[in-house]
Amino acid sequence: MRHRSLLIIASVVTTGALTLTACGSRDAKGSDSAGGGGTTVVIGVDAPLTGDLSALGLGIKNSVDLAVKQANEKGYVKGVTFEINALDDQAQPSSGQQNATKLVADKNVLGVVGPLNSSVAESMQKVFDDAKLVQVSPANTSPSLSQGQNWNGGEKKRPFASYFRTATTDAIQGPFAAQYLVNTAKKKKVFLIDDKKTYGAGLAATFKAEYTKLGGTVAGEDHVDPETKDFSSVVTKIKSSGADVVYYGGEYPAAGPLSKQIKKAGAKIPLVGGDGIYSADFIKLSGKEGEGDLATSVGAPVETLPSAKDFVANYKKAGYKDRYEAYGGYSYDAAWAIIEAVKKLVDDNGGKLPDGARGKVIEAMKGVSFDGVTGKVSFDEFGDTTNKQLTVYQYKGGAWAPVKSGTLG
Amino acid sequence: MNELPQQLVNGLLLGSMYGLVAIGYTMVYGIVQLINFAHGEIFMTGGFGALTVWLMLPGGTTLWLALPLMIIGAIIVAVTIAVGAERFAYRPLRGGPRLAPLITAIGLSLALQQAVWAWYPEAKSSRSFPEIPGGPYHLGPITIQTGDIFLLVAAPVSMAILGYFVMRTRTGRGMQATAQDPDTAKLMGINTDRIIVVAFALGAAFAAIGAVAYGLKYGEVQFRMGFLLGLKAFTAAVLGGIGNIYGAMIGGIALGVAETLAAAYISEIPGMQQLGGQSWANAWAFVLLILVLLFRPQGLLGERVADRA
Repeated sequence: MRHRSLLIIASVVTTGALTLTACGSRDAKGSDSAGGGGTTVVIGVDAPLTGDLSALGLGIKNSVDLAVKQANEKGYVKGVTFEINALDDQAQPSSGQQNATKLVADKNVLGVVGPLNSSVAESMQKVFDDAKLVQVSPANTSPSLSQGQNWNGGEKKRPFASYFRTATTDAIQGPFAAQYLVNTAKKKKVFLIDDKKTYGAGLAATFKAEYTKLGGTVAGEDHVDPETKDFSSVVTKIKSSGADVVYYGGEYPAAGPLSKQIKKAGAKIPLVGGDGIYSADFIKLSGKEGEGDLATSVGAPVETLPSAKDFVANYKKAGYKDRYEAYGGYSYDAAWAIIEAVKKLVDDNGGKLPDGARGKVIEAMKGVSFDGVTGKVSFDEFGDTTNKQLTVYQYKGGAWAPVKSGTLG
Repeated sequence: MNELPQQLVNGLLLGSMYGLVAIGYTMVYGIVQLINFAHGEIFMTGGFGALTVWLMLPGGTTLWLALPLMIIGAIIVAVTIAVGAERFAYRPLRGGPRLAPLITAIGLSLALQQAVWAWYPEAKSSRSFPEIPGGPYHLGPITIQTGDIFLLVAAPVSMAILGYFVMRTRTGRGMQATAQDPDTAKLMGINTDRIIVVAFALGAAFAAIGAVAYGLKYGEVQFRMGFLLGLKAFTAAVLGGIGNIYGAMIGGIALGVAETLAAAYISEIPGMQQLGGQSWANAWAFVLLILVLLFRPQGLLGERVADRA
C-alpha cells in the first residue's frame, strides 16, 4: 500500500500544480542612472518580463526606461533624478499584487507604470489606492477598471482614484472591430471565442453586442484555455459552423496557434482580435497561415505619427534588444505623465518635493496635459485617456499593416 | 453530430502524444516506484534538441532529409538529460524516504525549465518549429494535416518496438524481472543499476519522439510546453494503470478522446453550457481520472506485476 499513498500524494501535487502555473518572481532592477545629488524619484514598472507575454512587457519596461533617461539627461525636473524599478508579474494577478506591495513599501516610488493585463491590474488597484500611489497603465483596456463593475448599465463610478491609463478601453475597441467587420469587410457570420480572462471576455462581450446590433449573426461561441496549444476540437466546431470570420478575445500566445490551426484544418477565414494579438509574436506564431488576420489596437500607429518620430529614433538609438511593441508609445507617455506631475509638484513647492508627495501626485495627474508620443495626453474624470483613436491592422506580407484609423462612429 | 469522426481523430492524435510521454512515467515508476515529474521537461528539452539540429542544418534542407536527424538529435538530448538526472539527482537518493526523490523531481523540473528559458537563444517566448509542407488531406468527413501524419505513424511504431524490446530481448526481460523484485533480480545476476538507466533512457527517447511530433503538429516549441503536457501524460499513465506500458498508451488515448469530446459536446447538453468548451477540457480530464481511480484504482489495464516493465 505504500505505493498507493505515494500515488495519491502525487495526484494531489499534480492537481495543485495545475492551478499554480509557474509562480515566483524575479527582480529585474532597471539600469540606474548616475544622478548628481538632489532627490531621487523612482518610477515603478510592473509588466510580464518573462513568459509568453514578455515581448509586450519588455517593450513597456524599455519605453519607461527611455522616458526616465531622457528626463534625467534634459534635467527636466530640477533637483530630481528619476530611476526605474521594474518588477516581473509573469501576467499573474498574484505576482502583480506582491509587486504592488513591494513598490508601495519603497518611499521613493511616486508612480507606477503598468501592468499589461487587466486581470493583474484588478489585483493591484486597491494596494496602490490605499497607499495613494498613482498607477498609470499603458495597456489595460477593461472598462470596469476605471468605470466600475456597472459601466455597461449606464452607472459609471470610478472605483479607485489612483488609477489612470493611457490606453483606450474595450468599451470602444470591441465595437470598433464590429463596425469594421460588418460595414467595411462585409463579414456577417462570426464565431466568437474568448479565453475567459478579464480582458478577453470583456472584449468579446462588447464586440458581440455591437456586432449583433449591426445585423451580424453569431454562428457559435466557445471559450479556450490559453495554456493549451491544442485547439482541434474548437477548430472542428468553427469549420462546421460555416462562419466567415472568427473573433478572438484574448492574447497572442493562444491566438497565434489558434489562427494557424484554423487555417490548417481547411477553414480559410480570418481571425480578428484586439490589441492583445497586435504583436510581432502573433505573426511568428500564426506563421504564413495567419496572413489576412486582423487586429484592432489603441491609438494611431506609432510609426505614422509625427509626434512619435523622436520616440522611435531615440528608442533605436538607446539600443534596446527588444522592440517597443504595441504599448511602447503608451508606456513612454504614461511615464512622462508621472514625470510631468512630479515637475508640477516640485515647481509649486519652490524646487523641492513636498511632504506627502504621493497623494499630491494623484491630484497633479488630473491636470496633466501635454503632447506625447501617441498624441495629446490627458485624463478624463475616470482616469481614462481622452485620446480615443483606434486603428485596424492587417497581417500582410509578414507584418502588421494599418488598414483604417478612426474613432468610434 | 456530423463532426464526430473529426473530433474522434482530434482526440486520438492528442491522446497518442500523451501516450508517448506517458510511457516514460510508467516505465520509471514500474521499476523504481518513482514518479519522475521532470519527465515533462525532458520532453521539452527533446523538442529543443530537434530544433537545434534543424537550425544547424544548412538552409534549404528538405524536411524529409532533416526529420530523421532531428529525431536523433531530440533523442540524444533527452536521453542525455534523463540519464544525467538519474545518475546525479535520483541515484544518490535511492533507498531514502520516497518523498525525497519526488521533491527532487519537481525541483529538477523547474530547474530545466528555467535553464532553457535563460540559456537557449530567444527561448523566452515560443520558437517556431519547421512544419511539413502540403496538405491538408481529406478522408471523407475527416481532415488530416501533414503534421499529424508523423504522429499517426510514430505512435504505433514506437509501441511495437517497445513491446518487442520488453518481451523479447535480454535487457527487456531483465527489466521485467527488476520490476517484479529488484533484490531477487540482483541475486540472479541482473545489473539493476543498468536496467534503471535503460528505463530512464527509453522513456526519454519516446518523450523525444513525442516532442518532435508536438513541434510538427503545432509549429512551435517553448520552455513551458512540458509542464501541462507532462501532467496530462502522468494522468494518462495513472489512468491506464501505472507501471503498464500498454496501459500508458491506452490511457493517453482515452484521455485525449475524452478531453476532445468533452470540449466539443458538453456545452450542447442543456443546462451545461457554462461547463462546456475547450476551457473546461482540463477539468473534465481530471474528472475522468477521479472516476477511474474511484471505481478502478488499479487503472484501466491494471498494474499487474507480470506486465510491469
